Amino acid sequence: MFIKNRVVTIGLVLLVSQWPPLAVAGLACHKIAEVTEITPGVFVRAGHSGTIFKDGDIANIGFIVGKRCVAVIDTGGSQQEGEALKCAIKQKTSTPVCYVINTHVHPDHILGNLAFKCPDTRFIGHHNLRRAMSLLGPTYLRRASNKQGENLSPDHIVLPEEQVQQQLELDLGGRVLQLTAQPQAHTDNDLTIFDVETRTLWLADLLFSRHIPVIGGSGSLGAWLKLIEKLQKQPAARVVPGHGPASMPWPEAANDEIRYLSRLRDDTRTWLQQNGELPEALENVGYAEQEKWEQFSEFHKRNISTAYTELEWEE
Amino acid sequence: MHLSTRLRYLTIVKAFLFVSLLGMTPLNAAEQMSPVPDSVWQNSLKAQFFGDHPIVQSDEVVELEAPVRAEDGAVVPIRIHAKFPQTADRYIKTISLIIDKNPAPLAGKFQFTPQSGRADLALRIRVNEYSPVRVIAETNDGKLFMDTHFVKASGGCSAPVGTDLDAAMKRLGKIRFKTKNITSLDEPVATQLAVSHPNITGMQKDQVSLLYIPPHFVTQVDVKFEGEPIFSAETTISVSENPNFRFYFVPQKEGTLTAEITDSKGMKFTQTYAFDGNEIKSAKQEKRAVGQPSL
Repeated sequence: MFIKNRVVTIGLVLLVSQWPPLAVAGLACHKIAEVTEITPGVFVRAGHSGTIFKDGDIANIGFIVGKRCVAVIDTGGSQQEGEALKCAIKQKTSTPVCYVINTHVHPDHILGNLAFKCPDTRFIGHHNLRRAMSLLGPTYLRRASNKQGENLSPDHIVLPEEQVQQQLELDLGGRVLQLTAQPQAHTDNDLTIFDVETRTLWLADLLFSRHIPVIGGSGSLGAWLKLIEKLQKQPAARVVPGHGPASMPWPEAANDEIRYLSRLRDDTRTWLQQNGELPEALENVGYAEQEKWEQFSEFHKRNISTAYTELEWEE
Repeated sequence: MHLSTRLRYLTIVKAFLFVSLLGMTPLNAAEQMSPVPDSVWQNSLKAQFFGDHPIVQSDEVVELEAPVRAEDGAVVPIRIHAKFPQTADRYIKTISLIIDKNPAPLAGKFQFTPQSGRADLALRIRVNEYSPVRVIAETNDGKLFMDTHFVKASGGCSAPVGTDLDAAMKRLGKIRFKTKNITSLDEPVATQLAVSHPNITGMQKDQVSLLYIPPHFVTQVDVKFEGEPIFSAETTISVSENPNFRFYFVPQKEGTLTAEITDSKGMKFTQTYAFDGNEIKSAKQEKRAVGQPSL
């Protein structure tokens, strides 16, 4: 009896030690995301450079708090990352999460969605997001499963129920968010969020800082440049990039990205005009930017390949 | 209770790790011994394309240049270098390009003549998964020589259509022919033939309906100078969107150059060029659609 009790006690101790070290507002929390309140009610968990499917906490994700509702903006690259953000929310406010907004399809922004799935929470995205998630979801799941060593169920791809055609206003209670479905740029499903009260423009991956800009598979170099230059004319007190600092001044925050994308476009055009071939283009175009960006060696060549094939048939 | 459960779990995990480590060791060793896995080639492709014809593994006739790891599986640039000039006595007749693991392993079969000057070729291919890529050259005496590389790339055949498909279909069949520095009529001239064609594989999904888009790709390329073939190719879905071929020919004289493209829907696109001894001038494009394009 005594022995059995001891076993049970040890078992309980082990059980407890495996269990969440923290309970936040009744929520079991293994980890609480570190968030910064960049302006009243706008919280950002800043990401750090890393490899998708290998490292976590890559993208900038966060939430905006109104009187009645919280809107989550992107959920991170895994359910665990989403849970940590959920715990951070519970720590800051008791206001319920009514909306999860996904800024675009990339896995470092959407694979935490499952953590927020609940009947009272609406998932919102660009009108192209549903199909993009349906197309790419299975590949993301396979790659994430390979890395995590467990089979992720299709439940991890939580599709948006609400699709933003052009614009949508969300009232969080005394606080209005303006959601805009942008034309093709970084991807073909980029959504921006403008918090009217604080004039904060959440640009997500339309803006990269420090981390090299990456042209997505459904994106376009020319269209992205056009859009970001247009957005620079839109006044905002601050912007939130998809990768880089939690908050940046506007419009100067986009200068580095515009310089990189312009150089990539102009050098590739020159290369094409001189009848230069793709293998050499991959080794030569735009390398003046090499020292200026993180993850350059991971993404620059892919960007050149995309630019070369995109610009080859431009009129 | 929990302790024993946990211990059992750990034991299982350890056993699993041990087994997977065991399983991995011979695989890694095998990879080190033979960098180019050959089973698909040995078991089926070799016989399918070349019967029991002997093939010499050598880069003395043609050498393949391919990236070890490609940035984009849908656009993998490769180059084939011929090791001797094309002469009437000795020349490369055909070059076959095979990607073992692709759904259409034969990307193309390319015909050259002595008038090609050099049987060099550059193009972009789709690589669907990590695969050996091989070139097999047939010389005019009927002998076969092969050079092989292993290319790490994936998703090339199912990658969504790169550009806006509507825009691509409007440009369908547009042909561009470019030459570099013509200094002598008797020297091989580097030329580039670019065709605007989405080369739809049949493994790409429509972004709206999520149904597979029916295949539609370039099947035949014929380039003639004064009616004589200087370069021709039979091609498949394993050639990238907007096929782009770089090759050589020796003009020898002034004349008319014709490029004719045929696709899997029976559409034909031709363009003729006047070559005045100095440069190639584009003539009006003649576009004959035998089949109908459809989305």
